[in-house]
Amino acid sequence: MTAAVEKSRGVPESSRAEWFTSYDVDAFEVPSGREEIWRFTPMKRIAGLHTGVAATGSAEVEVEAPTGVTVETVPRGDSRLGQGGVPADRVAAQAYSSFADATVLTVAADTRVEPVTVTVTGPGAGEVAYGHLQVRAERFAEAVVVIDHRGSGVYADNVEFVLADGAKLTVVSIQDWADDAVHISAHHARIGRDAVLRHTAITLGGNVVRLSPTAAFADRGAEVELNGIYFADAGQHFEHRTFVDHAVPNCTSNVVYKGALQGEDAHTVWIGDVLIRAAAEGTQTYELNRNLLLTDGARADSVPNLEIETGEIAGAGHASATGRFDDEQLFYLQARGIPEDQARRLVVRGFFHELLMKIQVPAVRERLEAAIEAELEAVGG
Amino acid sequence: MATLEIKDLHVSVGTDDGAKEILKGVDLTVRAGETHAIMGPNGSGKSTLSYAVAGHPKYEVTSGTVTLDGEDVLAMSVDERARAGLFLAMQYPVEVPGVSMSNFLRTAATAVRGEAPKLRTWVKEVKASMAELDIDPAFAERSVNEGFSGGEKKRHEILQLALLNPKIAILDETDSGLDVDALRVVSEGVNRFKASGETGVLLITHYTRILRHITPDFVHVFAGGRIVESGGSELADQLESGGYVKYTGEAAGV
Ligand SMILES: Nc1ncnc2c1ncn2[C@@H]1O[C@H](COP(=O)(O)OP(=O)(O)OP(=O)(O)O)[C@@H](O)[C@H]1O
Ligand SMILES: [Mg+2]
Repeated sequence: MTAAVEKSRGVPESSRAEWFTSYDVDAFEVPSGREEIWRFTPMKRIAGLHTGVAATGSAEVEVEAPTGVTVETVPRGDSRLGQGGVPADRVAAQAYSSFADATVLTVAADTRVEPVTVTVTGPGAGEVAYGHLQVRAERFAEAVVVIDHRGSGVYADNVEFVLADGAKLTVVSIQDWADDAVHISAHHARIGRDAVLRHTAITLGGNVVRLSPTAAFADRGAEVELNGIYFADAGQHFEHRTFVDHAVPNCTSNVVYKGALQGEDAHTVWIGDVLIRAAAEGTQTYELNRNLLLTDGARADSVPNLEIETGEIAGAGHASATGRFDDEQLFYLQARGIPEDQARRLVVRGFFHELLMKIQVPAVRERLEAAIEAELEAVGG
Repeated sequence: MATLEIKDLHVSVGTDDGAKEILKGVDLTVRAGETHAIMGPNGSGKSTLSYAVAGHPKYEVTSGTVTLDGEDVLAMSVDERARAGLFLAMQYPVEVPGVSMSNFLRTAATAVRGEAPKLRTWVKEVKASMAELDIDPAFAERSVNEGFSGGEKKRHEILQLALLNPKIAILDETDSGLDVDALRVVSEGVNRFKASGETGVLLITHYTRILRHITPDFVHVFAGGRIVESGGSELADQLESGGYVKYTGEAAGV
């Protein structure tokens, strides 16, 4: 159950504890693509985001906010920016160094608000844009924020979640881009004492989508869930790199990512880093990645990586599995009269079921169910 | 009147060393109102027969015919066979994670009946059938067969039999893994299904105990991939005392 990476024999080069971070793009070397953190990413297809391409347009950010939520557009000098975390790769730093202005959403203390929707529309085909969004949940605030990415173009951004003590924030980030889109995004969460973050990434469309959600605990008693659902079709590259940083005692993290792939050269990557630092006694963590290959020619990479620097943990484990469609399940359903295409859909829906049920916003859940059905229809089941 | 007719059926499975013939000429006719029991040693091909009739893709029919009321079953897809009125209660029912039993049952009933059952009567119907089989209503919300005990899985196979009401049912070792009470409950379920007299049952078993609850009209001994002897229910009692030695010797000699 417990997989330990000893630290006593010297810090392995890849240890998350030693990763370089900076807000400044020039502090990072231009990656060649051979680096551990870039080796899965098709660098030729990311439109120069790693070599300093300038913005040629901007993404449109529309916020539908209920009462209790303040929406501001702030210049880059705003002192709150960066509180959620620091870029850990060159593209995130490029986005941090390049955005024009940032959107800041603040959920007032001790209030529970209706769902907030942020719609981000890409800059358009052939255009490049950078962005920045910060969501702040004050003490004991409770909110659901849906971030909906759509449209065309190349977009790199940082999204920060700053949770004060006792805040409960649910985030659903949907990447449902047009076929040409390239999106490289870093999510940074800083989680206060006894706060709870439930973060779900849903990636359904785009040419290349690379999303790196990082969660760091600021104080004890906090909890984070990082969930993900992805569905890659022919030629699409969807990459999710989760990182949970346990630096304080008695926090809990749970990472569950599930993906389905179909079509020639559909490629998904899941990297699940968890670091339990020496001080993080009483940590409880589990991570899981499952991939369902619906056709030949698709490829799923899955790399769980658990680093444990203390022996005093409550529990730590991980699991990863990639498999083909289960013909026995299909046979069983068909043997009860259910036509093959419908049976396939039932099995795939069943595969995602536990994650879909965690999405508490019915409208979002229904949209996802419909999107998954549409993905299955597209290939003619 | 429903009739399942199996003629000179030969079936192979693909193995690492090429195709291996398992069924070597099976002849069997099951008519509505009849109950046939098939008994035979482990590995003789009983499940292979049931899977081949249901259309499992692993089993290749190399020669012979299977018809249901004259229609060519072998030309039908798995789901078409089920909709035509064939049902297989499996020896090892498959788990389908994330698909609730209630959703599964309703989807299957809709497919087999050709239209979605009316919600109100459907709920009643399912509840009543579950109660008859001593199944806790909580199972409706669980994933299909996931984490069910062996006996629970078998009860659910019979629940599906009751709701889908096929013309011909093949029950592959539905009795194995059942305790005395469950055996009675499941047998009663099968007898309710038979009661109309318009359905046929092919019951595969190792033991005569289920035959005390469900009376067979015919008993067939299966060995070496074919039926080697047929008789009435008295044959089951002979098998109980004498075993299969006589038949396995004979089959091996062929
Ligand atoms: N995929 C396969 N590859 C190789 N051999 C197979 C395969 N499937 C079945 N067989 C073999 O076919 C034979 C018949 O198997 P089958 O399951 O039909 O027997 P059975 O009579 O139902 O046995 P039991 O009483 O144990 O249920 C066995 O020898 C089995 O090992
Ligand atoms: Mg068998």
